[in-house]
Amino acid sequence: MKHRLQFTAKKLLRMALLLLGVSFASFLLMCASPLDPLQTNVGQTALGSMSREQVEKLEEYWGVDAPPAERYLGWLKDVLHGDFGVSLLYRQPVLEVIGQRLANSVWLLLAAWIISGVLGLALGAAAGAFRGRWPDRLIRGYCLLISSTPAFWLAILLLLVFSVWLGWLPVGLSVPAGVDAAAVTLADRLRHAVLPALTLSITGVANIALHTREKMADVMESDYVLFARARGESERSILLRHGLRNVALPAVTLQFASISEVIGGSVLVEQVFSYPGLGQAAVTAGLGSDLPLLLGITVITSAIVFGGNLAADLLYGAVDPKIRRRAAGR
Amino acid sequence: MIRDLSLKIRPGQITAVVGASGSGKSLLAHSILGILPYNSRMEGKILYDGELLTPKRAERLRGKEIALIPQGVTWLDPLMKVGAQLEKGRKDAGTKEKCRQALERYGLGADTEELYPFELSGGMARRVLIASAVTEKPRLIIADEPTPGLDARAAARILGHFRELAEEGAGVLFITHDLELALTVADRVAVFYAGETIEEADAEDFSDAGRLRHPFTRALWNAVPAHGFRPIPGAQPYPGTVSEGCPFAGQCGKCREECRRAEEIPLEPFEGGMVRCLYPERRTAG
Repeated sequence: MKHRLQFTAKKLLRMALLLLGVSFASFLLMCASPLDPLQTNVGQTALGSMSREQVEKLEEYWGVDAPPAERYLGWLKDVLHGDFGVSLLYRQPVLEVIGQRLANSVWLLLAAWIISGVLGLALGAAAGAFRGRWPDRLIRGYCLLISSTPAFWLAILLLLVFSVWLGWLPVGLSVPAGVDAAAVTLADRLRHAVLPALTLSITGVANIALHTREKMADVMESDYVLFARARGESERSILLRHGLRNVALPAVTLQFASISEVIGGSVLVEQVFSYPGLGQAAVTAGLGSDLPLLLGITVITSAIVFGGNLAADLLYGAVDPKIRRRAAGR
Repeated sequence: MIRDLSLKIRPGQITAVVGASGSGKSLLAHSILGILPYNSRMEGKILYDGELLTPKRAERLRGKEIALIPQGVTWLDPLMKVGAQLEKGRKDAGTKEKCRQALERYGLGADTEELYPFELSGGMARRVLIASAVTEKPRLIIADEPTPGLDARAAARILGHFRELAEEGAGVLFITHDLELALTVADRVAVFYAGETIEEADAEDFSDAGRLRHPFTRALWNAVPAHGFRPIPGAQPYPGTVSEGCPFAGQCGKCREECRRAEEIPLEPFEGGMVRCLYPERRTAG
């Protein structure tokens, strides 16, 4: 029990430090950004036609003159009190904006995460089991091709094929344009999510499949698989009983580590599909100098990624008999 | 690569194959079982029960009539309980009972079935591996270095189990690098050098260097601590690197010109054993 508490405390401390570091780094990047918030958000012409006081008011609103240290510490103090501030662009509390965006993104992310995990595991296991033969070469070729393809390019390609040429799926957004919010059906939402989710899944598969393949190939060359074969177990039984069992542990870690890749990928993919999710909000906030929103998004997504890794650690303990037995004996 | 290997294993007997590490002993075991890696190639014949042992037939027989006893605990799936591994995925009561009996025979209780390999002690792991062979009724047992890291007493106990299995009628192929250990239990001994069998003899012949036929075997005998601990100068060539002549030529004190040039030196009967040498040593009184 004491061990568990120590483990949890250590993890929480690490998470706090990580979030602090991430928020600070994003803040520095934002400060270093050459974009002038007034020119970007108000426009040169509008600025020119404004009076001195109006411009000063705007400068105060966007925090142009405040010293950086003061701005960051001010933000940090508020966050520690549970207040993430108000988005400068949306004029809504940051948490509210993130909540809405996340609700849009979550199904997309979840679908991509599950599909890439399951498909990646299956393809990787198959490639490892057939190492050197044609299924392996085919799968590996696909993975290498996809790994070297930028996600946004793939997104544009899919958009071109399925939306523009074939016309099967909508070009963008998460709901049909010009339709009353109440009239939007679940089918509409699904149709709009298919392409972004597909893009994210396709790119996510490669990494997981290649790692799983490596592990599976190791397992298939191990002494215990040789012994199983010597004892007359069929190849099928070896693959299912020994192969998958020994690939499962690294697969769990990989699956949870890939959360960060899915979230990272969604930033660009949502942009391409004009999908009003968290990723797109991050881009808008970054380009529009919306400091509270950007920091809020980075902190929340980092926390999600960290939570994923933590879940992997905990699951590992539950799956690995060595750790499990040791915990039981304590 | 192994070449020119010939070996007879008789039921009820323990035949030891003695050779240095890297001389291809494990490949021998794997080729009998038909589990060589995909990048290897095998020529020649293996007869089992008087009939050719084809890969198909080996696949049918392994795990049933032909059993492997491997070197150590890494040959067990680290994430699977011992019981489940012995049962090979079959869940019927008969299989369970057979596995329980096999473990019991080697003093392992039913609780062993619930253990993972990492929870086994060295000696227990060894007994589990032997038990894995006798869940069926094997007629040929191949033990590949089954006693590394065990002290003399523990090793003797393990070898005693092999003797028992041989007495029940199984043929036992005992692969080891340790000549002394092999002699404590074997009926016949085949000596392996650079992937070839160079001498096959009754274990008794090893009681005295004067009864051995091949210069290497004699040198090996002399290298045993009890017989003077005289090392053999030079190193054994890696299997497959010698293309012509006697592979021992480089280390042999009695090497002649023909030995280096001979295309093939056959394994021939000589004074009651088999030897692969153009000028085998005659028996000397001693």
